[in-house]
Amino acid sequence: MLDQLNGLEKTALDELHSLASMEALEAWRLAYLGRKGSLTSVLRSLGKLPPEQRPAAGRETNRVKLALEQAYGEQAAALKREQTLRQLSQEQIDVTLPGRPVEPGYLHVSTQTLCEIYAIFAAMGFQVVETPEVETDNNNFQLLNIPPYHPARDMWSTFHTTREGVLLRTHTSPGQIRVMRQYCPEPIRVILPGKCYRYEQVTARHESMFYQVEGLAVGRHVTMGDLKGVLTHFARQMFGANRKVRFRCSYFPFTEPSAEMDMDCIICGGKGCRVCEHTGWLEILGSGMVHPQVLKNGGYDPAVYSGFAFGMGPERIAMLKHGIEHIRYFFANDLRFLQQFA
Amino acid sequence: MRVPLSWLKEYVDIVLPVPELAERMTLAGLEVESTKRIGAEWGRDKIVVGEIVEVRPHPNADRLTIAVVDHGASEPEAVVTGAANIKIGDHGQKVAFARTGARLIDGYSEERRYVKLKPTKIRGVRSAGMVCSEKELGLSDEHEGILILDDDAPVGVPLQDYLGDTVLDIDLTPNLGRCLSIIGVAREVAALTGQPLKLPEPTMKAGGAPIAGQIELEIADPDLCSRYSAALIKGVKVGPSPLWMQQRLRAAGMRSINNIVDITNYVMLEWGQPLHAFDYDRLRGRGDGDNPVIIVRRARPGERITTLDGVERQLESEMLLITDGGGPVAIAGVMGGLETEIGLSATNVLLESANFNNLNNRRTSELLKLPSEASLRFGRGLPPETTVIAARRASEYMRQLAGGVIADGIADAYPVKPAAKTIALAAAEAERLLGIKLSRQRIVEILESLGFTCEPGKRAAPIHVTVPYYRLDVEIAADLVEEVARIYGYDEIPDTLLRDELPPQRRNLALEGEQRVRALLVGSGLAEVITYSLTNLQSVAKLDPTQEAVDAANYIRLANPLTSEREYMRRTLMNSLLETLRDNLRFNDRVDIFEIARVYLPQPDQELPDEPRRLGIAMSGPRHDAHWTGASDETLDFYDLKGVVETLLDRLRVGDCTFAPTEHPTFQNGRAATVSVGGTEIGVLGEVHPLVRENFDLPEQRVCLLEIDLEALLAQVPSVYYYQAVSRFPAAVRDLALIVEESVPAVQVRDAMAKAGGKLLQKVELFDVYRGEQIPPGKKSLAYTLTYQAVDRTLTDEEVNRLQTRLQKKLERELGAQLRA
Repeated sequence: MLDQLNGLEKTALDELHSLASMEALEAWRLAYLGRKGSLTSVLRSLGKLPPEQRPAAGRETNRVKLALEQAYGEQAAALKREQTLRQLSQEQIDVTLPGRPVEPGYLHVSTQTLCEIYAIFAAMGFQVVETPEVETDNNNFQLLNIPPYHPARDMWSTFHTTREGVLLRTHTSPGQIRVMRQYCPEPIRVILPGKCYRYEQVTARHESMFYQVEGLAVGRHVTMGDLKGVLTHFARQMFGANRKVRFRCSYFPFTEPSAEMDMDCIICGGKGCRVCEHTGWLEILGSGMVHPQVLKNGGYDPAVYSGFAFGMGPERIAMLKHGIEHIRYFFANDLRFLQQFA
Repeated sequence: MRVPLSWLKEYVDIVLPVPELAERMTLAGLEVESTKRIGAEWGRDKIVVGEIVEVRPHPNADRLTIAVVDHGASEPEAVVTGAANIKIGDHGQKVAFARTGARLIDGYSEERRYVKLKPTKIRGVRSAGMVCSEKELGLSDEHEGILILDDDAPVGVPLQDYLGDTVLDIDLTPNLGRCLSIIGVAREVAALTGQPLKLPEPTMKAGGAPIAGQIELEIADPDLCSRYSAALIKGVKVGPSPLWMQQRLRAAGMRSINNIVDITNYVMLEWGQPLHAFDYDRLRGRGDGDNPVIIVRRARPGERITTLDGVERQLESEMLLITDGGGPVAIAGVMGGLETEIGLSATNVLLESANFNNLNNRRTSELLKLPSEASLRFGRGLPPETTVIAARRASEYMRQLAGGVIADGIADAYPVKPAAKTIALAAAEAERLLGIKLSRQRIVEILESLGFTCEPGKRAAPIHVTVPYYRLDVEIAADLVEEVARIYGYDEIPDTLLRDELPPQRRNLALEGEQRVRALLVGSGLAEVITYSLTNLQSVAKLDPTQEAVDAANYIRLANPLTSEREYMRRTLMNSLLETLRDNLRFNDRVDIFEIARVYLPQPDQELPDEPRRLGIAMSGPRHDAHWTGASDETLDFYDLKGVVETLLDRLRVGDCTFAPTEHPTFQNGRAATVSVGGTEIGVLGEVHPLVRENFDLPEQRVCLLEIDLEALLAQVPSVYYYQAVSRFPAAVRDLALIVEESVPAVQVRDAMAKAGGKLLQKVELFDVYRGEQIPPGKKSLAYTLTYQAVDRTLTDEEVNRLQTRLQKKLERELGAQLRA
C-alpha cells in the first residue's frame, strides 16, 4: 500500500512537471485528485486495510494528497504565468505610432494676459472693475481735463457716434471718474480692464480696437514713490525678476506729474535692436499722480487725498512677451495663431 | 521738433556728449526719438571748403568747364565740372571740394549709393577732385548745380566743421508747446545741465519813418486775439536766403523758399512765434491807397477767402480773420490770403506777429483741414509776450539779409496784458506727492533753474513762485511738483509699496462668473476668440434670409467710421462667429469656438446704451479627428452643441434648464431650440439654416451656433451650493424600454420618470432611441437605464420591482407608454 502510494506520488509528480497547458493540468487534476482520481480511490480503499495499518496508511495518503495539491498549485501558477507571458508577448504594439488626439480648448491670448495682470495686481489689493465702452465725451475727455479742441485731444483719435457727445472710449481712463464717484470717500485700489477704440488705421502696433488696463489708487498717503514701487513690482512679476525699469517724464492731461515707464528691451537686453527702435528701452505703460482737478471731479479733496493712475495695453505686453510683430493677429482670430498660446 | 545742435549752442553751451544729453532730455519729458548727424560721413581731410580761383573752358566739351579750386593745399587743383551754376570767368565762390579718395554719393544714381572719388580723365582732361553738389554730399536731391557756400566760409577747413551738424529729433507731448522752438529747448537744456541760458534781447535797427502813421491796428475780438503786433520793412529785395539759414531750416525740416519767407520761418523755429508777411502795397491797394487798417475779428456770414494755396474757402462765424477795409486777408494763424501774398516783386513787407486763442485756432485748422507749422504752435498755446520780440528779430534779418529799411517802432495792439501767475507751493507738498524729502532750498534751486522766480518764505510758509511768461502749462502747485520731480530725476525717487490703508475688498462676481464660464468651455474643448465690436448691417442681415434689411435705428452708429465694414456697434455675436468659423474652416477640418463679449443696446431713455455680455458658440466639422486606429465620418450636430451647453449649465449648478423647439430664421427648422433657465429664456441654439450658411460662404456641412445672454445665465447661478450625501449602499439598476408616440418629446418621458420614481430613483439615462421593425409606425422606442439607490440601506429586489412597476404604470397612464417586449 505504501509502495503503491509512493509509486503513485512519483508518477503523478513526474507527469505534472511535464505538463505544458492548462487543459492538460486540469486532466491531470481529475486523474489524480478528482472524485474518480487515483488518489481518491486509494483513499477509498483505506477501509479495506487491517485496522492497525490504517493510521499509518491514512497519514501517508494525506501527505501524498497534500504534496500533490501543493505541486498542483505551484504548477498551475507557473503555467498561468507562462500563459500570461505568452499572451503579453502577443500584445506588443508599435509605441511610435501616434496616440489618440485630445483637443482641449484654450483662452485667447489677450484674455490670458488680462488674467495675469489681474493676478499680479490682486496680490497688491487691486480689484477689477469694469465700466462702459460707449462713453460720454464728458467722462472720456472733459472730466479728465481735456476740453473740446484741447491740444491733448490729438493723443486720442476718436470714434464719435451719431449722437452728439457720445463716443467710443479711447482709453479706460473714464473709468477713473466712474470709480471715484462710486466709492468716494473710500480709499481706492482698482484696475479697470476693457476694450477701447481709436480712429486709427491698423499698423504693426496700432489697432482700431484693443484692450487697455487702467489702474487707480487713491488715498490719504499715496505717493509717486508708491507709483514707482507698484509698477516696478508689476513689471518684474510680468517680465522677470531681473528686469530694469526707468520712469521718464511724460504728459497726460489727467495726471501731474506724469511718467512713462520703460523696461530694458527683452529682445536685446538693452543693447539696441529693431524692437526697441535702437534705444534699448521698451515703453510699457503711461502713469502719473492723479491731477488735483480730476480728484476733485471724482469727489475727493486734492488737499487731503492723492492718488496715482496708470494705463497699459495687454496686447502690447503679449507682443513683447511672445515676440509677436503685428497686433493685427489678435483680432483676426486665426486659430493657427491663437492655438500657440494654448 | 528737429533741433540742430549748432543752433541750440547759440543759446546754451552743450557740456554733455550727445547720447547723454539725449537721455537726460528724454527722461525729463523731451523724448529724443533719434539723433541724426549731418556730414558724419564726410572725411575730415577729404572734403573741405574750397574757393574757385578761376573757371576756364574745357578744351573738348562745351558743356563742361574746368574749375581751379584753392582748397588749402600748396597748389590749387583743376577739376572738370558740368555744374550749371558756375560759368567761365567766375571766381571767388566758396564750394565744397572733395579731394581724391573722398566718399561721396553717386549723383547720377537713383538710390543713395556711395562711391570713392578717383583721379580720372574727363574728355581728355585730368581731374583729381570734385566740386560737390548737395546730392553728392547727402544734403538733398539737388544735383543741377554745385553747392555754393557763404562767402565767409574758411578755405581748407573740413566741411564737417563748417557745415556738419547734429540734429536731435524730439517727440513733444502736447503740453510742450514751448519746446516747439530752439530757445524753448535751450531753456530746458540749460536747466537740465546746469548751464546758463545765453539769451540777448533781440534788437532792430530802424531807419524809416515811424510805423504809427502807416498802419492802424484794431482787435475787435480780444477773446480770440490777445495781442497783434506788426512791423513794416520797406525796400526789401526778394531773393534766396544765405546758405547758413537754408541749411538750418533744412536741418529743422523746412524747405527754403525765399529770404522773406525763410526769415519768418527761421524766427518761428527760433522763438516759437509764427509770423506772417503781407505785401504792404497790396494791402494799400485794396484800400485805394489809404493806410491799411487791420481789423482782427470773427468771420461774418457768407464770407469767403482764397488762401495761399489757391483754394477758395467758405468761412464760418467762429473763425478768426485778419481783415482790412476790403474784407479778409488771412485766416488768423492758419493761412494767409492769396491776394496779399509776398510775391517775387514785393518790396514792402508788413510783418504780422500776433497771438491767437489756441482752442479756436485748433478748431479752425481742424475744420478747414489746414494743419501747418504755424497752427501747430498757435494750437498748443503761445505767450503774448513773444510777439514783439519775434517781430524785432525778423525785421532785423530783413534789413540784413534782404536789404530792407525798418520803419521806426512796432505797431502793437495789446488790450490786456495778463498779470504774471504766482503759485503758493507748500514745501511739504513735494513730499506729500512724491514721497521724498526735499529741502526748501533744493526746490527753489530747481525752479529758478527753469526760470521761475521764488520767494522762499520761512518755516511753514509756502514758497511763492512766479511763473515765467513762457510757461503757459504751469498753473497749479502739482505742476510745480512735476517740474521739481523731473529735474531732480524720477529715478531718484525711491520705490515704495503702498503703505496707505487697504480699501474695502469687494469681489467682482460678474467677472468671476464670466471666468468660470470661460474655464468650463475651455474644458469642453472650445477655443476662445475675440472679434470686433463694430460690424456692418449687411453682415447682420445675412443671419436672416426672411428679411431684406436690418433696421439701423436699433444700433449705435459711428459718425466717422474707418470703413463701412465697421460702422455699427453690434447687437449680436452670431455673424462675427460665423465669419470667424468660415475663415478658420479653410485651414482646419473642425472648428469649435466661443466668444464672450458685450453687445450694445441703445435705450430710449438713456444717453448711453446697455452693454450686456453675451456668450456665443460656433462648432462645425467631423466629430472625431481622422486617426489611424479607425475612421468615422460622423459630423458635429445639434446634440454636440447641446452637450456643451448641458455640461456648462450643470457645472454652473443652475437648476431647471429646459430646451424647447423653436423657429428662428438663422436656424434650420426643426433643429433649433431655445434654452431657458429657471423659467427665463436665455438664448437660442441650433443648426444653421442652409441659406444662412450660404450667405456666409460656409461649406456645405452642419454648423452649430448658439447665443445666450450671459447676464441672464449668471443671474441664475446659485451663490451657495450644498453637497449631496454619497450612498455607501449598492445601487439597483434596471433597464426599461418604452414605446411612445413619435410626438412625445423625450424630455417629457424623462420628467415623468423622475417624478414617478421619487427620491430613490437616482439617475435616468437614455441609452437608445429606436424606430423600425417591431415598432408600430408613428411610434418610437426609448430605452433607459434607471438607477435606484438609498442613502441609508440596501434596497431589496421587491422594493425596486415595486417602484419600477409603479413608474411603468404611471407612464402608461400619462403618456400612453407601452413596455417594449
